Amino acid sequence: MTDISNAPATLRRARSTDLVAASLKRRKRKQMRLQWIGLGAISLAFLMLFILVGSLVSTGWQAFTQTHLTLDVYVDPDEIPEARLPRGGFDDALVASLGKMLPGVDLSDRKTSRTLEGIFSNGAQFELRDRVVADPNLIGQTITMTVPVSDPFDQLNKGLIDRETPEQNRRVKNDEIQWFDDLKADGAISKPFNWALFTNADSRFPELAGLKGALVGSFWALLTCFLIAFPLGIGSAIYLEEFAPKNKLSDFIEVNINNLAAVPSVVFGLLALAVFIGWFGLPRSAPFVGGLTLALMTMPTIIIATRAALKAVPPSIREAALGLGASRQQVVFQHVLPLAMPGVLTGTIIGLAQALGETAPLLLIGMNAFITSAASSPFDSATALPTQIFIWADSPERGFVSRTSAAILVLLGFLVMMNMVAIYLRQKFERKW
Amino acid sequence: MTALPFLLLIAAVIAGYLINRLAAKAIRDGGDRLHSLTSYHGLFSALLILVPVLTFILLWLVAQGPVIDGLVMGGLPDGVLDGLDSGGTQLVLAEIKSLAKGKVFGTPEDWKIAAGDRFVRLQTNAGWLLVASVGLLSLALLGFARSRVYAGFRARQGVERIVSGLMIFCSTVAVFTTIGIIVSLTYETIRFLDAVPLTDFLFGTNWEPQIPLRADQIAAEGAFGWLPVFVGTIVITVVALVVAVPIGLFSAVYLNEFAPRRFRAVVKPLLEILAGVPTVVYGFFAILIVAPAIRSFGQSIGLDVAPNTALAAGGVMGIMLIPFISSFADDALSAVPRTLRDGALGLGSTRGEMMTTVLFPAALPGIVGGVLLAVSRAIGETMIVVMAAGLIARMTINPLDSVTTVTVQIVTLLIGDTSFDNPKTLAAFALGMMLFLVTLIINIFALRIVRKYREAYD
Repeated sequence: MTDISNAPATLRRARSTDLVAASLKRRKRKQMRLQWIGLGAISLAFLMLFILVGSLVSTGWQAFTQTHLTLDVYVDPDEIPEARLPRGGFDDALVASLGKMLPGVDLSDRKTSRTLEGIFSNGAQFELRDRVVADPNLIGQTITMTVPVSDPFDQLNKGLIDRETPEQNRRVKNDEIQWFDDLKADGAISKPFNWALFTNADSRFPELAGLKGALVGSFWALLTCFLIAFPLGIGSAIYLEEFAPKNKLSDFIEVNINNLAAVPSVVFGLLALAVFIGWFGLPRSAPFVGGLTLALMTMPTIIIATRAALKAVPPSIREAALGLGASRQQVVFQHVLPLAMPGVLTGTIIGLAQALGETAPLLLIGMNAFITSAASSPFDSATALPTQIFIWADSPERGFVSRTSAAILVLLGFLVMMNMVAIYLRQKFERKW
Repeated sequence: MTALPFLLLIAAVIAGYLINRLAAKAIRDGGDRLHSLTSYHGLFSALLILVPVLTFILLWLVAQGPVIDGLVMGGLPDGVLDGLDSGGTQLVLAEIKSLAKGKVFGTPEDWKIAAGDRFVRLQTNAGWLLVASVGLLSLALLGFARSRVYAGFRARQGVERIVSGLMIFCSTVAVFTTIGIIVSLTYETIRFLDAVPLTDFLFGTNWEPQIPLRADQIAAEGAFGWLPVFVGTIVITVVALVVAVPIGLFSAVYLNEFAPRRFRAVVKPLLEILAGVPTVVYGFFAILIVAPAIRSFGQSIGLDVAPNTALAAGGVMGIMLIPFISSFADDALSAVPRTLRDGALGLGSTRGEMMTTVLFPAALPGIVGGVLLAVSRAIGETMIVVMAAGLIARMTINPLDSVTTVTVQIVTLLIGDTSFDNPKTLAAFALGMMLFLVTLIINIFALRIVRKYREAYD
């Protein structure tokens, strides 16, 4: 009996394993397909990241150098009499000295001298003026100056202008290229690191425009943001995590904080415009108002991070302190909070990094103004790093394309730095219980 | 001048701390047993001075500007402001203020110069008055706090009560922010609805906010129907999701189930970089690389692509959302209990089948919640669309066309100088109101889905 009943069962089992074996290949293939699609999706995302960073670096690195022209300027007393300072024909003096370096150029032709003037930056004559005003003894002497060249020639020197383009479609004409090549052959052209990018404020001329105003504005805004969001966020988190009674009100506050974290940033800009500027009468374009707005946006991040850090401190610490007779506030402020501090600081830095890249609310409160000097207090008009990027991205001059990329690289550099500090703090000081 | 009251405050706080602490120490050295530690006596005095005086200074500074403006404008000779609307009055005030700063343009009337002098005088007086009141108030509090130093005084309880109050205040700031958003948006929206009927705004299919600034100016009448703007927002959001959802979900599936541990440890943080890049950078990327690429590709296959096509803005926004969706989906997949996973594998399914037939469906509610949050992100995203999308509102769902979005309109309507009594400005607040409501509803809905689903397995 057992033999008979066993035989078909083995048979059946054999058949089902065959079936499974036959289908297994198909099923494995299906799984492989899923895996490959997944890998493909990840590679696609990385490809995008690569193109993003690659295009920024490839357009931006050029802006970290700036073509300069070195020339001996004869400060002609006829053009620049001491009595008329700070006025005088500084541009004519520059053109005259440039003409001396290019034999065969007829300076008496107004058009030629006008074109020659276009080689060096518009800021060159002001640099000369400042030097002469600072030291009037220079009049009548010959001084050596290194001045930035104007944007088209900077582009030419960096190989961004194709010399093969027909002349009428090109921003620099054939004779201008000839002059420039002559100057280059003389060794008058140099391409040093572009310090002006960090020491100058904004300008209409790409070769003079720098990020100083934006960096200072961002600094004031972040400082304000930190000074407001950090104490408020920590106080709020401690209360909600350690002291708040479990009731409707605490729930309501919690829901509020979670929702606030997801409100679009432009709405915070509207709030700032209506309340801070419209009702309180705070100044427009001021980093202080920007920092205030960013603080409201950063606070939920800090609260959530602080609560997580407080929660991670084991209850045994609290119980031990309570057992030794500490009050509840002494427990929190003298034991729990110091242990949670690395987590709190990490969250704060990440929140500030987000705030540094935030643009939309700053646009609405007018931090996109054209301002050519750095703010000396948080109440002066200023731009911030991201709004400066927005302004430059909107500028039609070719030179601003690479400046925008360079500004973005600077911004990304700061973000990477802040995140590295956060990661370092977490790894160095965070305790595993 | 503004720093002086604050310096005074800091000095008073330090003085209060030291005086009370030393006084308490003297009592203790005299042989009495103190209830609280000496440092709590010091802190009590410091906080007792700090909180009220700081509140007083901040309130004063907020009120000072408007009060002085009112006094200056009220003190102007009769009749000079006749026939001026609020914009004109503001202009006069701005001129007086610039005169007060010593910047003179042209030849201002005598009454303006007088008002400028008056402004300067009022400001100086107000400054000194503030310093004097801060000094008096600090002294009074200092004296009061000093009188509280005796052996039985419960300084620690006092300090803890004040700190407790401060913390409660901190946690209400979030509530006040929400209230501030709702009140300011509602207030300006109601003013907008005075000028434009609600039905025109909600159901109008024409958005042309160019209204004449002067009566004799030739300009369009101005139309404020938000539908085309809303449709544009939807188009860009859909494009973004078409890019982000498949890439995000498939990467999450791979990272969660198939990737070797070390691969996952490297790739996940790298993917998060995409979420940390500021949106203004994505905007620049869209106009520099993506839009020209799409345009030239479209031309090469004979399609007419607008220079600021919705495809560029939406696609780049999609890249930004990839890590958002993938980390949400990853969390949702990880939250599915081990037993479901093991059960499916034990019944003989491959890991791929386990993923598609058990894990993914079980995690679906959480994933949907994440995608909904991504939708609300996409709707509220501003910089990418401000830089890469169009300005003109069109009723079209063709992603090759140029469309505009709610956030683009808010920013373009408010950039530059704005006065608050213009329907054009107020329209931005009405759009902001709609944006706030739509994203709030989606967020609440999404969070509810996520939470409900988590509770089901815990």
